[in-house]
Amino acid sequence: MIDIKGVSKVFKGKKQITAVEDVNLQINDGEIYGIVGYSGAGKSTLVRMFNGLETPTTGTVTINDTVMSDLHGKELREKRQKMGMIFQYFNLLWSRTVLQNVTFPLELTHVPKEERQAKAEKLIETVGLKGRENAYPSELSGGQQQRVAIARALANDPELLLSDEATSGLDPKTTDEVLELLLKINRELNITIVVITHEMHVIRKICDRMAVMDAGRVVEEGSVFDIFRHPQKEITRQFVSEEETPQLTDTNVVINELLKQVPTGKIVKLTFHGDQAKLPIISEMLRQFPEIDLNIVDGSIHQTQEGSIGTLYLQLLGNAQEIIDAQDYLHKMRVETEVIRGE
Amino acid sequence: MVSSTTGFSSYFHFSQVDWASMWSATGETIWMTVFSLVLVAIIGILLGLLLFETTDSHSLWARLLHWLAAVFVNVFRSIPFIILIVLLLPITKNLVGTIIGPKAALPSLIISAAPFYARMVELAFHEIDHGVIEAAESMGATNTQIIFKVLLPESSPALVSGITVTGISLIGYTAMAGVIGAGGLGNLAYLDGFQASNNTITLVATIVILIIVFIFQTIGDLTVRRIDKRITR
Repeated sequence: MIDIKGVSKVFKGKKQITAVEDVNLQINDGEIYGIVGYSGAGKSTLVRMFNGLETPTTGTVTINDTVMSDLHGKELREKRQKMGMIFQYFNLLWSRTVLQNVTFPLELTHVPKEERQAKAEKLIETVGLKGRENAYPSELSGGQQQRVAIARALANDPELLLSDEATSGLDPKTTDEVLELLLKINRELNITIVVITHEMHVIRKICDRMAVMDAGRVVEEGSVFDIFRHPQKEITRQFVSEEETPQLTDTNVVINELLKQVPTGKIVKLTFHGDQAKLPIISEMLRQFPEIDLNIVDGSIHQTQEGSIGTLYLQLLGNAQEIIDAQDYLHKMRVETEVIRGE
Repeated sequence: MVSSTTGFSSYFHFSQVDWASMWSATGETIWMTVFSLVLVAIIGILLGLLLFETTDSHSLWARLLHWLAAVFVNVFRSIPFIILIVLLLPITKNLVGTIIGPKAALPSLIISAAPFYARMVELAFHEIDHGVIEAAESMGATNTQIIFKVLLPESSPALVSGITVTGISLIGYTAMAGVIGAGGLGNLAYLDGFQASNNTITLVATIVILIIVFIFQTIGDLTVRRIDKRITR
């Protein structure tokens, strides 16, 4: 378990910068924990205190009962060997082949040659790069290089994997592939993963719990599902809305177009959570209120670790009273309804 | 035998060339260059490593060490070579027992070229992506492991091309040292060529030096191409 207590980090220089301010977090064994924030929010500095690349100015980072700032020299290096880290720019050694990059951390811990060879080959297979053992990083795509970096990070059987913007340099398809791989590693090897990102998509796809950082502070924390459903802070809402309606501008265009063509009618946005997304609520609504005509403007469903979240934009036409009753019905079914445009 | 000491034709009296002394001078030049280059490489890498490791350090000792190394490097890189030889004559006599011959050229060759190479080594280390060093740290690497498994291999193409450039300027330095008695092709061109008004010897010595430079450059370039895995070919 990772326990962060009252952690602050102040960089002293010409100008004093408080990168992290009074952060308290608990990360459980075996979970994937996401820390989201815009660049400069302090999330990278925070995660670098996990493996002692930075030391907190005040507060403590405790990892499995070890206070990181108490460790020095050999002890710190041995603890670091039990943590893997992956980076935005992969940070592979270009002078080494894929296989040699993966054996690198094993060389550091003086694992016999045969053993590290066998282990590296197994890991390369796990990350899906079998057959590329003797390629050099410059011959690989970004996604493949990150896979090598993941294999390297796993070489010493870490109890914790830190991911610092590991998918930020990758295209959406490759990002998803790398995220799938992280999910697989978490499930199969039961490794705790801490993910630093500025993309809500990454959090939604693989994280169990999350924290939102802004200006060095954790402003919101909880399960990914709760935060997506009920974001409390403005900045969280920004992150959530970025993700929830990736085609928001398209939707507005569609709504405006529809409103122009059919000046009558109400536009509502429905949000479904978890099991509701699986129920035939809309068809049931139409059956109960047959005087209503509806037009689907836009819709999407996102999968999160805890279930699916769906959004649906509807244009409702017909009997005004029935439309109001229908909204009550949706409310009763615990579907969130937001009126985008009244009649 | 009619021979003129001026005019274009004076370059082509090959019969006057004493080939035996030409080849022995070539041998001396190559020996001086290679021997000093090996020591320059060792001292330069150590000095460059010292400069790199003590950059931006918080420890007072490291800062002092960095300052001392930087002063040493800057001073000896700035002294013109011909003056350095003369300046170092007493020390040379103590170190190698003579101030004449190829051996006597070594101290000044090394002291002038090692700081030059040390700067190139420092620069090569600085060009390594800091993230790679940080990744090694995050895996629990010791400083020694970082030096031998990250810094040296990752900067190897720059280190080799640096040694090529240094080697070529060392060839130039040996020729200069030759003028004041260190032997080699510079000595031959000066004594048997210039002072004996034998232009052919000067020309032949020049061509031999050029060939040595080309061979050096080619070996350096081929080595860099073989070890540099950053670009796929």
